[in-house]
Amino acid sequence: MSTTNALLKDRLVRITMSMCAFSSLFFLFLIFVFILIEGLPLFYRVGLLNIIAGFKWAPTKGHFGIFPMIVSSFLVTCGALLVGGPLGLACAVYLAEYAGKKKKLFLKPALELLAGIPSVVYGFLGVLYIIPVIRTYWGGSGFSLLAASLVLGIMILPTVISISYDSLMSVPRAYREGSLAMGATKWQTTYRVVMPAATSGILASFILGMGRAIGETMAVIMVAGNALKIPDSILAPLRTLTSNIALELAYASGDHRLGLFSTGVVLLVIIMILNYLANFVIRRRVVK
Amino acid sequence: MNHVRMRRLYAALVCVMIAAACSRQPEAEAVYRRHSITIAGSTSVMPFTEKLAEHFMLEHPNHVINVQAGGSTAGIQACLNGTVDIGMSSRELKPEEKKLHEIVICYDGIAVIVHPDNPITSVSLSQVRDIFSGAVTNWKDLSWIDRHIDAVTREEGSGTRGAFEELVMQGAEINDGIMVQDSNGSVKEVVATDPYAIGYVSLGMVDTRVVAVMIDYVRPSVSTIMSKQYKIVRPFLYLTNGTPSGAAQQFISYVLSKEGQKILQREGLIPINVNN
Repeated sequence: MSTTNALLKDRLVRITMSMCAFSSLFFLFLIFVFILIEGLPLFYRVGLLNIIAGFKWAPTKGHFGIFPMIVSSFLVTCGALLVGGPLGLACAVYLAEYAGKKKKLFLKPALELLAGIPSVVYGFLGVLYIIPVIRTYWGGSGFSLLAASLVLGIMILPTVISISYDSLMSVPRAYREGSLAMGATKWQTTYRVVMPAATSGILASFILGMGRAIGETMAVIMVAGNALKIPDSILAPLRTLTSNIALELAYASGDHRLGLFSTGVVLLVIIMILNYLANFVIRRRVVK
Repeated sequence: MNHVRMRRLYAALVCVMIAAACSRQPEAEAVYRRHSITIAGSTSVMPFTEKLAEHFMLEHPNHVINVQAGGSTAGIQACLNGTVDIGMSSRELKPEEKKLHEIVICYDGIAVIVHPDNPITSVSLSQVRDIFSGAVTNWKDLSWIDRHIDAVTREEGSGTRGAFEELVMQGAEINDGIMVQDSNGSVKEVVATDPYAIGYVSLGMVDTRVVAVMIDYVRPSVSTIMSKQYKIVRPFLYLTNGTPSGAAQQFISYVLSKEGQKILQREGLIPINVNN
């Protein structure tokens, strides 16, 4: 009797768990459907090219071009990667290869803390400290591509570091020992043996960091200046896809609102491509 | 004997209780019944409506007023759908929205603001237009230093931007290269920290951290707006779908009363009666 009871319970737990697991898929599906329902009609009416290759965004006057924002999102993301990529990778290498147990003990929790700080705090610090410095020493208003790249570069550090670190740690110990046994120095081992072996993981960390940067909204709104033009220098203000939605949704109605959903569709597609790339890179490593 | 008396007592008691129950119910309801009014819309009008609602609820304890932001357009939509009793708008209604009943509760000036370190005290309306249309991009052209003008505007769809476009730009487009912030507060924040910035906000938002410049030598203030010298002025609207309900009407009358108008004036807005 009790055995059948236990089996019944087991089955019940199994069903409940699988339902919970599939609910995430269900939510993803819902998000997809709703964004597409709201966003696609405008593509149909205005034309795909007029939206993704259009230069003018004036939704209350019938212009829905978001090309400058796509370019800006791309620039900010690359900027963030230029700042956060090398720094994050260096940090991961130090943690994985050089840091002793004690140093790891406080460095790792500090990194996790960095990941837990809300983005609005990063934005606020950017406004208070980064922007005045840029304005005083390099000119412009300070609200710029440079400021956004710096803030986002710091924000993607936890992503880059933790994934790079994991991939460096997963390089077999024998590789390192073999290299050291042949007389290579610690740095030569790290640079020529360990890092090449972890390349795909490091690449994946960069791509996921890009995903984080392109999706970031609050901090970017606060420091990027949100001008609609494609920035002509790193000191010029710019507006990303995410900030466009967050900035204007409050007052939008009718076609303006649909235009923002179309922005969302483009963003969704870009993020999907990035995630697919990251998965592809990681899978290749597993197969190898 | 005793038994009978007890029974009579019971009967009497029950009668009293029934009577009490019957008579007290409506009374109790009257005490607990609350008139609730829902108001939503423009973020520019909201803080003032909240203040008015606070005062109103002090005087009318059984009225509950819910004030929500969301933007002029959202307020107009909600009013059209009948989900709110009163909509708030800081922009004029579009033709298709005109079927709503509009009540001007007060007027608000839009001040052009600069950093306190900026020596420029007066600009002309056309100079402001040139700055925001991108025709003038250097402070040198306004006879100050050789430095790029960091102009800040509001986001598309904002009531303040709508009024600014209509009253200042007059058909010219705001340049794409100009910075955009999504609230009066953020525009003020940018101007307060950047010595080379220029922006525009509600007159009520101007404080010591920024300077409101004179437009054609007219200083923006309640008195210059009342005397119609200062021209960048927009109405704050309350909207109702058809005739407002009793409670909503009561609140609107309160806002339009001398007392309500005084509260608005204290907040830096311009009461209606002078303009009529």
